[in-house]
Amino acid sequence: MAVPILKQGPYLIASVQSALTDTDLLELRTALVALVGRYRSRGVIVDVTALDVMDSFASRTLRDMAHMIRLRGAETVIVGIQPEVAFTMVQLGLTLAGVATALDLEEGLAFLGHGSRKPGPDAAAPGA
Amino acid sequence: MNRRPARSTAAARAHSRPPRPRPRRATVSDEMHIPIAGSQDIVTARQYGRALALELGFSNSNLTLIATIISELTRNILNYAHHGTIVLGVLERDGRRGIAVEARDRGPGIPDVARALEIGYSTSGSLGLGLPGVRRLMDEFEIVSRAGHGTTVRARKWAS
Repeated sequence: MAVPILKQGPYLIASVQSALTDTDLLELRTALVALVGRYRSRGVIVDVTALDVMDSFASRTLRDMAHMIRLRGAETVIVGIQPEVAFTMVQLGLTLAGVATALDLEEGLAFLGHGSRKPGPDAAAPGA
Repeated sequence: MNRRPARSTAAARAHSRPPRPRPRRATVSDEMHIPIAGSQDIVTARQYGRALALELGFSNSNLTLIATIISELTRNILNYAHHGTIVLGVLERDGRRGIAVEARDRGPGIPDVARALEIGYSTSGSLGLGLPGVRRLMDEFEIVSRAGHGTTVRARKWAS
């Protein structure tokens, strides 16, 4: 099941479904890294509101994806991590270090719109 | 160095059986076997697991936790053995109910179970968080593994 990607002005919005397979996630990563170039996007929002499970593979793939997109010159924000998913991630020791997160789509758009760069504590300093 | 008792190491465990049934032993019923052969099966297994845990009355946080743990165990099967089975069952003991999750494969086995349970250790290039996390978050946890014969991981969690 492919993840739908919507172009909204200078941003790309990807809405992940609950039954996300590893293959879908890797395809999403490849697609977004390519699409930021094709559409000259400034930011990417990955909406995981519907995602039921964020395991080690999903966390690592989303983190890698955000770093790849940053190398391409755009920012990524992960939005909609559910309370139960956040609980489990912390319990399992999974992190999205260096990746911006926001409560929902609206907050994600606001984050990108302000042009603020607020990566997590483990992120490399800009220009480093 | 975190030495594990000898009885939990692979070969010893595979052959030794308790001399008699332990008192108040939990029974496992309604077993469901889910064949694992591809990435889509991870989603299938965790969805069945979540549905069963919901029936058993687990809280929302625990439903996600159980689904995530099934996801990790299923991916281990695919990464190391390529195919295997996830067995989900209902646990009962003293009027309490819980979920039993078993991941079985006939892959290469885990040469050093103690090491596989160390945080950060992985031979497949993944994060290596799978097994230690599963052990910490479930109420009961056991690995039976023999080099060349496969691995069975048993994890149980009580609903109340």
